[in-house]
Amino acid sequence: MTMNWQPAASMATLRERARLIATVRDFFAARDIWEVETPVLGQGGSTDVHLVSLSTLARTDKGQRKLWLQTSPEFHMKRLLAADSGPIFQLAKSFRDGEVGSRHNIEFTMLEWYRPGFSLAQMVEETTALVEHVLPRSPGPVVHYRYRELFHTHLEVDPFTTSLDVLRSLAAERGSMPAQALSDEGRDTCLDLLMGMVIEPHLGQQELSVVVDYPASQAALAKRHQDADGEWVASRFELYLNGIELANGYDELTNAQEQRQRFDDDNAERRRLGLPEVDVDTQLLAALEQGMPASSGVALGMDRLIQRALGKSRLEEVLAFSTANC
Amino acid sequence: MANYSTNEFKAGLKVMLDGDPCSIVENELVKPGKGQAFNRVKLRNLMTGRVGEKTFKSGDSLEGADVMDLEMEYLYTDGDMWHFMKTDGSFEQYAVEKKALGDTVKWLKEQVPYILTLWNDKAISVTPPNFIELEVVETDPGLKGDTAQGGSKPATLSSGAVVRVPLFINQGEVLKVDTRSGEYVSRA
Repeated sequence: MTMNWQPAASMATLRERARLIATVRDFFAARDIWEVETPVLGQGGSTDVHLVSLSTLARTDKGQRKLWLQTSPEFHMKRLLAADSGPIFQLAKSFRDGEVGSRHNIEFTMLEWYRPGFSLAQMVEETTALVEHVLPRSPGPVVHYRYRELFHTHLEVDPFTTSLDVLRSLAAERGSMPAQALSDEGRDTCLDLLMGMVIEPHLGQQELSVVVDYPASQAALAKRHQDADGEWVASRFELYLNGIELANGYDELTNAQEQRQRFDDDNAERRRLGLPEVDVDTQLLAALEQGMPASSGVALGMDRLIQRALGKSRLEEVLAFSTANC
Repeated sequence: MANYSTNEFKAGLKVMLDGDPCSIVENELVKPGKGQAFNRVKLRNLMTGRVGEKTFKSGDSLEGADVMDLEMEYLYTDGDMWHFMKTDGSFEQYAVEKKALGDTVKWLKEQVPYILTLWNDKAISVTPPNFIELEVVETDPGLKGDTAQGGSKPATLSSGAVVRVPLFINQGEVLKVDTRSGEYVSRA
């Protein structure tokens, strides 16, 4: 049997990768944002219904414990913020089970940073500056869109007010699914399908696209606010380049009680869907209880940014070893 | 048959979709920001040959299709059915309907190996070899000395296919033809 032991990426690409990572560190050093390292393992995991966490059993000083591999370094970094770290960044190995494809790998590098006192608008500005700093050529102008406006432009429906039945049949049609395929699904699943299949391919073409004002139900760990139309929306943005989501940023939720409620709601939804529950990160809740400064934060898929910077069509072309041959 | 979940969809996997066996051509994970993941899957319907795209929620599954490809030699036709024989020494024969044969009917030659795609042990398609050597049974007389590029004329081959050939080709000659494009390659 021949073993496929060779690196997935060429040596020249891996050297380019190292150079790009160095430019990221320069960017943050110039802005007095210091680099931290936090554990990959945690006693709590991500409850997000759409993420599948990996876990492992470890013999700890408290006996055998189930520990979760992080889906992003968010919880540990927020505990540092609550301990008055000030602005911090990290290049962190993160894990999302089952995510395999030309722009996904189960294990990947997340660039995550937090800015106490920054508004979401300031964070958008810093994120686009970072992307421009790393890319060899300007990606074009930064163009802002509201989530609602994108649905009006590309699908002629309103994500907040169009009836669920209409969204279900439109999503099924655009996904070449049988008409009844989505009859049990909620609004967010239909909106996710339309966003992913129809709208995303148009974003970030000859420009950097910034999308804001996502429905409040898609807030994840971001605050919520009322937009200019009076709709409750998530205080969150997404950045797109060449039809691919590169980064998402939050005006971070700092309220411990609301955070606990969202974790519990996620686990309730997991039970309803027959998915395994995930241990809630009680240490994060304790940190928020004590007080985390108002902050904005961004998570950026570093491998994807490198992929774009080097013009590679598959993510594995910028990885030393993909999960397929790790 | 086993069920396959979207993350097991790989190029070449045979699955059932709307009652027809299909072969997966491509599978791409699409995950909008923080939300529900989907798989955009390109499938070839093995009954019609048509390629289409379908979207699945990640984690959905499809039943596997009992499809296999076997090499068999063409034997003869009785007018209704076309008969092939396994090349593995078993002498086992399969009868193929005209519908399953499709365009391959014009590339048939005795003792040449073809790939038969079987679904539940019934032939649903027949793929000819990429190149085949066939005799010209009818064409206008060759122009002596004309070996220049540019001119061509139709020629009917022993299997019934009609291909464009250079003007110098004569009746009775054996030609190498590309079955995928239906184009003349060279004299055999």
